[in-house]
Amino acid sequence: MDFGDSPEESEFRLRLRAWLVDNNPGLPTSSTDDEYWAGMAAWHRLLYDAGFFGMSWPTEIGGQGLSSVYEVIVDEELAAAGAPPRPSLGYLVQGILEHGSDDTKRRFLPGIVNGRDRWCQGFSEPDAGSDLASLRTRADRDGEDYVIAGQKVWTSYSDEAEWCLVLARTDHDVVKHRGISAFAVPMRQPGIEQRPLRMINGVTKEFGQVRFDGARVPARNMIGAPGEGWSLAMTVVSHEREPGELGYVARYSKLVNDLRRRVQKDPGDFGADQVRELGWAIVEVEMLRRHVQRRLSDRLNGISHGPEGSVDKLLMTWVEQAAGHAALAIGGMAHGGGDDTWLNAYLYSRAQSVMGGTSQIQRNLVARRILGLPTT
Amino acid sequence: MDVRLSPEQQALRDSAAHIVDRLAPKAVGQIGDLERMARLDAAVAGSGWRELRTETEGGGCLATGVEPAIVAEELGRGLADVSFLGPTLATELRRLAGAEPGDTVETVALDTALSSLARAVNGESPPAVAIDAQGSARALLLVPDGERHRVAQVELHTPPIGLDLTRPSVILDSSSVVTPIDAAHPPITADDVTRWTALGLALTCADLVGTMRGAVELASDYASERQQYGVAIASFQAVQHMLADAFVAMEGSRSVTLHAAWAVDALPAGEALTAAAMAKAYCARAAINVCETAIQVHGGIGNTWECLAHIYLRRSLLSSDLLGNASASLSHVLVHHGLEVADGLR
Repeated sequence: MDFGDSPEESEFRLRLRAWLVDNNPGLPTSSTDDEYWAGMAAWHRLLYDAGFFGMSWPTEIGGQGLSSVYEVIVDEELAAAGAPPRPSLGYLVQGILEHGSDDTKRRFLPGIVNGRDRWCQGFSEPDAGSDLASLRTRADRDGEDYVIAGQKVWTSYSDEAEWCLVLARTDHDVVKHRGISAFAVPMRQPGIEQRPLRMINGVTKEFGQVRFDGARVPARNMIGAPGEGWSLAMTVVSHEREPGELGYVARYSKLVNDLRRRVQKDPGDFGADQVRELGWAIVEVEMLRRHVQRRLSDRLNGISHGPEGSVDKLLMTWVEQAAGHAALAIGGMAHGGGDDTWLNAYLYSRAQSVMGGTSQIQRNLVARRILGLPTT
Repeated sequence: MDVRLSPEQQALRDSAAHIVDRLAPKAVGQIGDLERMARLDAAVAGSGWRELRTETEGGGCLATGVEPAIVAEELGRGLADVSFLGPTLATELRRLAGAEPGDTVETVALDTALSSLARAVNGESPPAVAIDAQGSARALLLVPDGERHRVAQVELHTPPIGLDLTRPSVILDSSSVVTPIDAAHPPITADDVTRWTALGLALTCADLVGTMRGAVELASDYASERQQYGVAIASFQAVQHMLADAFVAMEGSRSVTLHAAWAVDALPAGEALTAAAMAKAYCARAAINVCETAIQVHGGIGNTWECLAHIYLRRSLLSSDLLGNASASLSHVLVHHGLEVADGLR
């Protein structure tokens, strides 16, 4: 067991560190304002072009083909430099890699990885949240196409995206989990209406709702076989729950480092309780960093899409919300006006126990699929 | 970077698990069973685990911090009522002092808050506690020597007692005679003491991880058997969610503890201690919650002496205080990050 770098890892780390000196875009704290989200597309392409994105993905799709632990080295160096985290779209890549045909993988994955194509994920619906399998969006065959009708919600980056990975019902005569298929749907077409949702911290770039009304998608854009949509969705969400896939160690490290510098600037302004709140956030982030190193090392045995992602998701949620509380304690509530960055970081942290599957659902999965507890 | 256990480390874990499953107490009534305890003690003695931190001929150490941490986790999981932490820390102290390995089982003495190694004053033992003292004939402590320390020993005479029924302590007082041990090295340095503390904290965390794992298993098994409303209470989400949170807290604790155990030898002493303090703050806070959850899931039975749940809680309470509690560990983390705490209300 070794937490240290091999010579190759160390060389890579130093090369990335040197590159970051000149290439850190210095975006504001993640998730707290629209400027951040607007700048992420350029950051993605910059990282990719320099060979610092998709470290562990296959070279055929534009990845670097290295071992999984390079992902956490990237996270650590981005955090140390105060740079934005890497784009969080590994879960889409994993889902298409696992379920797509050679044709769909070849057509769609390089564009996702290199950042030229922006994607969003059309899973949740107004009446299908935790009970995702009851979704009602339908895809009906019409010649060489499917025609899509229905409504999606909580669709992150739907206003920026060129493509949407849509789950839709293609078979109404089988049990609900079996009748769902997945499609890569082009977003820029008539029959798709996209409307942003404003989050509780004021951000409008992230969340959206999408209405499909006669949108068309070629049948050859189906990812996986007819009826394989549920299985694909479970692969996608299992990775959407992994901080190692999302690169969130860098996000949380940046936040607590910023808070630490704030306290160090005017130590007399902060009481013991405030500083200890920050201390717990530092401890939580350290835990998550070590946990991600452990989980990405486990991938050296081969990737799995199992319920362990729910453990990761709950840990990640506790970390983000501890960091959110520290941001509130240190940053305050801007009663007198002024900078509300940290208030907004706190407000945004409340979404972490909902997005990608609520904490309640993660607990169900841990209890039933890991602890083996019975269902009624 | 590859933080998977090596095949040898997995074999060590399996061997420790095997001994624990065979010989550790399965019920409160078995605690104090001298015959079983003697067999468990003989198995641990025969395994050589207490001597993992012995110096090798080449001047290194038989094992890193990870191997004893693997053993500690299994012992904690099974509530093994056999000494390991104390003797391992005594072995480490002798190695740092350049002394020959002890000729009998011995442990270490801490101050009465259990926060650091006891320091003798004017040749007399201060009020101190020999931890994890089951079967130990003596305890090691420090004697200040200028900026450094020498290692000395005291004989243990009274029977071990204390809140942790599986790892009792012996209370020392000033009548205990302090005898220096023969040591080849000059007095041990502050760095040596720092690294020793890092090892102690990491092993304590590993024991806490094991304690959490055992408590979750105990409560999950009980909840799957206990029926109310005609079904197992484990089928209720209210119960499932408590156990899921407990399991997740254990997994996070294990991740941060593995790093602390690795850091003992791999990082400079100060960084090793900070890694250990991070782990201790996290694990100590988590373990109390997890063990309290185990009691709650057992309902009324969990509040009876005969239920093992309080044995887990007691073990985690002792561990949480050993070599610095969650609060002291957090303070260490803050100071390491350049954060001074201004006291008082504002």
